[in-house]
Amino acid sequence: MRVDLRLLLILLVVACLALLPVAALLAEEPYWMRFWSRIMILGLAAAGLNLILGFGGLVSFGHAMYVAIGAYTVGALRHHGVEGGLPDILVALGASAGVGLLIGAICLRTSGIFFIMITLAFAQMTYFFFVSLEQYGGDDGMRIASGTQLGPLHLDDTLTLYYSAFLLLCGVIFLTWRLVNARFGMVIRGARSNEQRMAALGIPVFRYRLTAYVISAMICALAGVLLANLTLYISPAYTHWTRSGELLIMVILGGLGTLFGPVIGAIVLLQLEDLLAHITQHWQLFLGPILILVVLFARGGLLGLLAPRQISQRPAEEIDG
Amino acid sequence: MAEPLLSTRNLAKSFGGLTATDDLSLDVLPREVHAVIGPNGAGKTTLISQLSGELQPDAGSIFFDGQDITALPAWRRPHLGLTRSFQITSIFRDMSALQNVALAVQAHAGHSFRFWRPAAQDPELLEPAREALRQVGLQHRADVAAAALAHGEQRQLEIAMALATRPKLLLLDEPMAGMGPEESAKMVELLQKLKGTLAFLLVEHDMDAVFAVADRITVLVYGRAIATGRPEEIRGNENVRQAYLGEESLAV
Repeated sequence: MRVDLRLLLILLVVACLALLPVAALLAEEPYWMRFWSRIMILGLAAAGLNLILGFGGLVSFGHAMYVAIGAYTVGALRHHGVEGGLPDILVALGASAGVGLLIGAICLRTSGIFFIMITLAFAQMTYFFFVSLEQYGGDDGMRIASGTQLGPLHLDDTLTLYYSAFLLLCGVIFLTWRLVNARFGMVIRGARSNEQRMAALGIPVFRYRLTAYVISAMICALAGVLLANLTLYISPAYTHWTRSGELLIMVILGGLGTLFGPVIGAIVLLQLEDLLAHITQHWQLFLGPILILVVLFARGGLLGLLAPRQISQRPAEEIDG
Repeated sequence: MAEPLLSTRNLAKSFGGLTATDDLSLDVLPREVHAVIGPNGAGKTTLISQLSGELQPDAGSIFFDGQDITALPAWRRPHLGLTRSFQITSIFRDMSALQNVALAVQAHAGHSFRFWRPAAQDPELLEPAREALRQVGLQHRADVAAAALAHGEQRQLEIAMALATRPKLLLLDEPMAGMGPEESAKMVELLQKLKGTLAFLLVEHDMDAVFAVADRITVLVYGRAIATGRPEEIRGNENVRQAYLGEESLAV
């Protein structure tokens, strides 16, 4: 019997993530938890992006915008003296859903390169909008006095944040798994494969794509709430186009349209950045070629490299990796 | 004569200076196989694209089942019972044959805002999908990726997907395109089997096939219908001989 290397890797990663705080506490290196929280938070945002990029085939170059909306929600609520956790989460979900619905409804009228450009344009508009918000620190950003509190849970506590990010990430991956294999997911994946035929069969693609876009925006906003708790700081830089680019790289690096690809991509990208930054100041010079090699030689991303062969014979039965 | 299922009235479409459809009025009766033939560039595919809603006509109207559908969006038309197939195979290449057809079934099984139950285990989708594959003789290839099917099988899948939408009228755009004689014969057999259960508007270059299955034939030249009638009438029509059949002499 063949051992599925992907499954092995995924189980290993999940087990390591679950146990990492134990190692960090034993080694008295709380920084590990912060570093890996960041990885999982960005992995969560990448998982949100993957829903429309990987499964829907739509290249959104502006998803950092929704992460920023989540983070600014925490900052703004605290700034105006609203304490407690539930408002953070509900407002972040509501705001990202509203903005996503509006922007998605406009962007999804285009496709291909135009979709990339228009999502980028909206993210840039959001960037300058946040820069212009003097009361929230404008260009410099703003410190957040306290994190999100859900009953006894203080999300700005290192350990609590770590496991919140871990559980939320697992939850979103599970949700994505159900979603992409349900009828809804078949429509999204079918539209990626052949949009003209979808219409000829009688399926109105737009409304399903818009729904997927809004769900993916809400997942990114949740990641933004966690990010604000990690840094206790908000800044327009959160919606800078390089951040959106980073999310794209994570999804592509890990494997487009795979369930765990975004997490693997986030781990590899942030680890590589960290590693190279320790070796040289010019780490970006080395990161670029590595990414190019992955794109050239691992079309299905890193998870694709480990996938069983004879892809061409194998239908996309159920998404399981 | 029965009430026509599909009619076009004075339909016109041009691209720049090129007239693709010229004052075309055409009727398809219920359960009729109506073939549209004509030389290359006669506007046959353009006609199908207007009937299916992918192209908007410049002038004229299209009626289906008593309703004016001229301005109806493409995705609504299959819900009335008007479905097209494609000349260049248009399938979901990365899905299995069964999934392809199941998606066609899903299009007509209510909305798809269903987020939880796996579609791949849904008997409500799979049973009709298997049935459509059986109709075209592809049931033994159900689990093969569509991209890995032979050309002729992909053409059969194309038809199965269209059939799965339960059309009253199927617009078939060159179903035999690129097929060898053996595959063509199978397709003619399939059409003859389906004949009488629904109506077809059949665009096809294979004259043997057309004269074997068509109840009526319309001959298009430069977007204009120069004749409509039963196969033997078309064969005997002087205009048709001059405009079309003469140059490609029909061996029937």
